[in-house]
Amino acid sequence: MPPIIDVRELTKSYRVHKKREGLMESVRGLFHREYSDVQAVRGINLQVEQGEFVAFLGPNGAGKTTTLKLLSGVINPTSGHATVMGFTPWERKNEYRRRFALVMGQKNQLWWDLPAQESYLLHQQIYGVPPDQFTATLNELTELLDVTKLLGQPVRELSLGERMKMELIAALLHSPDVLFLDEPTIGLDVIAQHNIQQFLRYYQEKRKITVLLTSHYMKDVAALCKRVVIVAGGLVQYDGSLAGIIDKFSGNKIVTLQFGIADRPSDLSRLGTLLDTNWPKVRISIARAEIPRVLAEALRDYTIEDVSVEDPPLEDVIADLFHQVA
Amino acid sequence: MQLASEESASKHGVYTSGTHLPNTLPRRLMTWWMVMRIALEERLAYRGDFALGTLMRFLPIITQIFLWGAVFSSLGDDSATGKKLGGYNFPDMVAYFLLTMIARAFSSMPGLAGGIASQIRQGEIKRYLIQPVDLVGFLLLSRLAHKLAYYFVATVPFAFVFFLCRGYFADGFPPAHLFVAFVGSLVMGFLLGFFLEATIGMIGFWFLEVSSLLFIFMLFSFFLSGHMFPLTLLPEGVLTVVNFLPFKYLAYFPAAIFLGKIPDDELPMELAIEAVWVAFFIIACRVMYSRGVKRYSGYGG
Repeated sequence: MPPIIDVRELTKSYRVHKKREGLMESVRGLFHREYSDVQAVRGINLQVEQGEFVAFLGPNGAGKTTTLKLLSGVINPTSGHATVMGFTPWERKNEYRRRFALVMGQKNQLWWDLPAQESYLLHQQIYGVPPDQFTATLNELTELLDVTKLLGQPVRELSLGERMKMELIAALLHSPDVLFLDEPTIGLDVIAQHNIQQFLRYYQEKRKITVLLTSHYMKDVAALCKRVVIVAGGLVQYDGSLAGIIDKFSGNKIVTLQFGIADRPSDLSRLGTLLDTNWPKVRISIARAEIPRVLAEALRDYTIEDVSVEDPPLEDVIADLFHQVA
Repeated sequence: MQLASEESASKHGVYTSGTHLPNTLPRRLMTWWMVMRIALEERLAYRGDFALGTLMRFLPIITQIFLWGAVFSSLGDDSATGKKLGGYNFPDMVAYFLLTMIARAFSSMPGLAGGIASQIRQGEIKRYLIQPVDLVGFLLLSRLAHKLAYYFVATVPFAFVFFLCRGYFADGFPPAHLFVAFVGSLVMGFLLGFFLEATIGMIGFWFLEVSSLLFIFMLFSFFLSGHMFPLTLLPEGVLTVVNFLPFKYLAYFPAAIFLGKIPDDELPMELAIEAVWVAFFIIACRVMYSRGVKRYSGYGG
């Protein structure tokens, strides 16, 4: 069976109007416009198997959302190929559109002044969901997300977290096989984030649907995705497990030494990069290969009461990585 | 239960988990009904605004009665047999305005073009690309629902105003064939108004901000539709040009039919020309939409 999502050498560049500062330049812009090409996606390759839950990580402007827009057929690519369930997304065939959903954390699809229930009934019609299937799915989803009581309340009166849950229900009512989530937990508090994570994990495991998620919250990614794709500068920089990121991109480990002496030696920086000192405790970043030698040296030269060696925090590694690419 | 498409089910069915009903006519009708229902509920969410918007439409007629009363009395005669302006005496003139009010109730599309343009600008148009729905059909059904709600509420006040002003209709009710033509011109007026404004809204795909353009269109439509005065008041040369434009079908034409101002031998041709205009704007709107979407999706979002 071919991969459910198959992306090959996909590129997308936007033509943007260069606007200069100042009134005179704005007036000049009326007559003579300068355009420049912005390459949002520079050649992405990606194969996703059915039932995978894949995270898209990357700094703002890395091309994550553009890729999701391409895969959901909102925009046409500049070059390259992609198929989702065998369909080319930007042909926008109804057969395709009935079988995927896109949820954007910053946009809403529900009717603002009406209860969510009304939007759901409309979705039922638009997607042609059989009535018994609709009722069963809606009951299941509202119970899982604990929003049964909110169904009759106008969407504008809901909190952001409640609204996001309602958006998710709207996206899942037609039982899509592929789900694209663009920052579904943006702006939510810790509890709401957690609820949505749990729901997504449960639902994905149960239905075995294929999900592509972008998020800036490492917790979302750690909780949900076994596979992580890092996109930066419009290219895939990494494709593998979350833990693998550290192995691949961080050559250092963090060593914490607890000294048994009162005075701080002045030559500690020969051991590695000093991160912080809270005497008698010192944290040092040391290249992985150097650790046995440096530790032996430290134990030989100083009185040391305790040692711990850890991987650097994932957030830091990723932040460094984003920084390098930028 | 049948799958959406047998062909695609066998080709891509390996992934399918949810089933979809086939897109039969009864199901289509059901979808249309649901779109209208939602649009109606949304319109009625703000009851006060709806009620006020409905009733305020009657105010201008009072101004018009006073204005044309003054004009005709300065001419020295405001009786039914008196002087005529562009073929209209004073009672005709008042009857004309009452009838353009009905015509406008069909053909005016407040917020349609601006709404489309703002949906394009704000990216809300995406949902029509992602979901299996057609933007134009969706908007048409919503507008139809709004109009029906409006007629439902406005029928009583309309009937009341017409009853009060019955004296101005010197010839009484028109013969049956004129009345049929009148109704036909109202229905086509609705379609023309809708597709004309929707076409303008689609310009938003090329120029994100269309409010100035829309203002110019409104201005032209205001004068050239006969909303301000019967078009026969225009100088000969101007009238010839205006007769070639679609605007007159939005207000002047239905009123003129009702008052018997369109000669019987010209009426079928006029109605046919109106139908051609409707067809033209349906096509224009469709073409602009499909090109616009291509541009939008090729450009960004």
